[in-house]
Amino acid sequence: MSGEKVQLWRRLAAAAAFVSPARAPARAFYNFQRPVTPIAHDVLFIHDLFLVIIAVLFTCGLGALLYSTIAHSRRRNPHPATFSQPVGRKQWLWVSVPFATLLIIDYVVLGIPALHSILALADTSNAQMTVKVTAHQWHWQYQYPVYGIGFSSNLSTPQAQIADRAPKDKHFLLEVDHPLVLPTHEKIRLILASTDVIHAFWVPSFGIKQDVVPGYLRETWVDIDKPGTYRGQCAELCGVGHAFMPIVVVAKSPADFRQWVSQEQSREAAVRATATETLTQAQLMARGQAVYLKNCAACHQANGMGLTGAFPPIATGHPFNASPQMLAALKSLGFYANGLIAEGPVAKHIRIVLHGIPGTPMPSWSSLSAVDVAAVITFERNAFGNHTGEVIEPAQVVAAESAH
Amino acid sequence: MSAVKPAAAHPDEHHEPPRGITRWLYATNHKDIGTMYLVFGTLMLFVGGLLAELIRSELMTPAMRVLSPEAYNQVITVHGLVMVFAAVMPLTAGLANYLIPLMIGAPDMALPRLNNWGFWLLPPAAILLVLPWGLKLFGIGTGTIDTGWTMYAPLSTQSGPGADFAFVAVLLLGLSSTMASINILVTILNQRAPGMTLMQVPLFAWSWVITALLLIAVFPALMAGSIMQITDRHFGTHFFSAAGGGDPVLWEHIFWFFGHPEVYILLLPTAGVLPHVLSTFARKPVYGYEAQVYSFWAIGLMSIVVWAHHMFTSGMPAAANIYFMLSTMAISIPVAVLFFCWFGTLWRGSMTFETPMLFALGYIVLFGIGGLTGLVLSDAAADQQYHNTYFLVAHFHYALFGGPVMGLFAAIYYYLPKMTGRMFSERLGRWHFWLTIIAFNVVFMPQFLLGIAGMPRRIPDYALQFAPLNMVSSLGAFVLGATQLLFLYNVLQTVFGRSGAKASDRVWEGAQGLEFTLPSPPPFHTFSTPPVIE
Repeated sequence: MSGEKVQLWRRLAAAAAFVSPARAPARAFYNFQRPVTPIAHDVLFIHDLFLVIIAVLFTCGLGALLYSTIAHSRRRNPHPATFSQPVGRKQWLWVSVPFATLLIIDYVVLGIPALHSILALADTSNAQMTVKVTAHQWHWQYQYPVYGIGFSSNLSTPQAQIADRAPKDKHFLLEVDHPLVLPTHEKIRLILASTDVIHAFWVPSFGIKQDVVPGYLRETWVDIDKPGTYRGQCAELCGVGHAFMPIVVVAKSPADFRQWVSQEQSREAAVRATATETLTQAQLMARGQAVYLKNCAACHQANGMGLTGAFPPIATGHPFNASPQMLAALKSLGFYANGLIAEGPVAKHIRIVLHGIPGTPMPSWSSLSAVDVAAVITFERNAFGNHTGEVIEPAQVVAAESAH
Repeated sequence: MSAVKPAAAHPDEHHEPPRGITRWLYATNHKDIGTMYLVFGTLMLFVGGLLAELIRSELMTPAMRVLSPEAYNQVITVHGLVMVFAAVMPLTAGLANYLIPLMIGAPDMALPRLNNWGFWLLPPAAILLVLPWGLKLFGIGTGTIDTGWTMYAPLSTQSGPGADFAFVAVLLLGLSSTMASINILVTILNQRAPGMTLMQVPLFAWSWVITALLLIAVFPALMAGSIMQITDRHFGTHFFSAAGGGDPVLWEHIFWFFGHPEVYILLLPTAGVLPHVLSTFARKPVYGYEAQVYSFWAIGLMSIVVWAHHMFTSGMPAAANIYFMLSTMAISIPVAVLFFCWFGTLWRGSMTFETPMLFALGYIVLFGIGGLTGLVLSDAAADQQYHNTYFLVAHFHYALFGGPVMGLFAAIYYYLPKMTGRMFSERLGRWHFWLTIIAFNVVFMPQFLLGIAGMPRRIPDYALQFAPLNMVSSLGAFVLGATQLLFLYNVLQTVFGRSGAKASDRVWEGAQGLEFTLPSPPPFHTFSTPPVIE
């Protein structure tokens, strides 16, 4: 599509904006969120154009129908006509007008801008930076290969608000502990992978929605034109936590972004350094509880009782029933015996947290730091009525990681 | 049953239906089987409706109040499966069984015993969908399937035993639909009254020719896919598991290869009823009969090659997205031809607005909105923003409630006096129509806006900016649901109450067609001697 044509479309859209509710000055709660990428601008333009066209078509159709029901009611038109098809060349020509119009609307008015943005969307070349996005049940993980940093991003809305026991924050269900940070005015290529089921990465302000399919690397791109915080959600049903894995993107100016990168690098280095520390049981328990509530409680529940049929309890000695596949896996790992949850060996416990249990919903938590893994395992083995008294130190986790 | 005399001994006395439960269990009479389909479909319409009310109760306000996330996913899944497979399809099949032999002057369906089997596979399938909830009460399993009606792998592989019940239900439904389709096709091709050419076959029957062909073409794909799902779940195959070299997107292709034509399978039969109703109450011949027949063919054929427009965000290459966009846009032409013909039938007619006519006009308006927003969704670029949002939910409810369900109401009100010999309460019918069309728009118009504002579908809980419109939508849903009780009361009152005026043979002043040459209600056996077609 040539530049002139684009200009023509923009002008048409500006005219359309006059009647279109989609261009109301304030972006209201019933409207598209503020577009901040080239694709989002394109899509909003197409959307506005569409709304105008279908509003005109609908008004014409409804107008004709209403006119007919009034003018051709039995009271006003007691003698019905008897025609049942177009007669003569003139009528045939007249009859074909709506269909010719529809063809033009389909393939010219709507088709050309659509082709333009489909091709633009598919072009992920010449990106200045690549970020890897991994979808898990039910959180997102972001990695910046060039900077050697990466982290998980979990819903930070407290359970009490979801259960309606506490007043809700402004960004209820659309807030995370660790947002994805991206620079503005740079073309960023997102590579998307899933470790379990199909998810979809969707940030309305970016105009992109990309399914994340296990077994594939999908890609898409953004080029954000305004600093700010943009909120989105998983858009493909991925199980019970589907509503609870939001995406929050903080866009910073390139300078601020570089500063954030170095802060993040030193923060992660500090976390790695703690892997050599030795912590007391009390320290590990406190930290483990926080890690548990943030990462594990969605499935295993805050009280450690799991969910019958789906997620095993952490509390030992409780009955559990689920798919044969899961029960067999738990049994072979030593965490299930005689229909009850058992306390398996520490080595297997570490392995489960680091690598997940293939064939079950239990994901790998290797994105957690060694300290967090050690803490959460210590916590799990000494909470919910479990009293092994064992203390798992970060060094054990590091050893298990390197042994694998 | 003592009332049944051996047909061989007294062939000419075999006029009365058998009595008791065996009349229905052993039914081979097309009117009996048609009636059973209609009763079953109506019952399931209310089951599906009840599930919809549960969904809207949960979504009325933010926070989890009514259902748990697990239960919510199960409720939306069964709502979808029940409405598509157990409500709308059986209702359209019921109309086909009851009406097509009457419309083409045939004594019965061509394959009456197949017909019996086709129906009796349905109740077990419906039971399989809801039975896991019952089992859960006894601590067995985790409830029913919770993947959404699209049953995407590998979520379906993770799902509890309810998924197995659902896949077996799909197999039964597939057998049932395929048999019913073969029967309808054979009946229309072979059992027409002498002298009735194919291009004289009433449009409702024509719409079922295409519907039946589509079902025979695409349902086996879904059945094969369901078997693959079952073997993935239990026998270690990896058709849809990436870890074993399989492909989750393959299921999406299989499902939508079936799922898109399914939309037209739901739609076409009522698009076929519409011209009958419009022409009757406009007192004017059907406009563009041939154009409508050819449009049915065009819609049917095109619907098989556009499936992946449901997958614009799945990561297909740009070339595939462009192909599926352009081919989808092409369907707007034959659909527009249908609209044009409906308008042409009304134009300069002499209209009255009895209940069936009101629903037929409501169909045109609501389905029009569904169609126009479908045009929007066909845009592969903009679809990035609409896909899997409430915009999509609103769109397909305008298309499937606005189309098939409004069309079914029109058809049921139109033919009920013919079937029962009694008129229904016109007053209640009008109340039903106006409350339905107003409440329907209150439910689903806000959902377009919610989708545009960024609310994904299939979430049990949502952010605060979506709260006001969800409240409106839920309140509308409660009114819409309650309104349908008027319909139920009106139908039951007509069938059992015997208070309505007696219906004449023609029922409606402008009604045309062989079915209106018969008494109301028609005797158990009709057209044993074929009618004469001029």
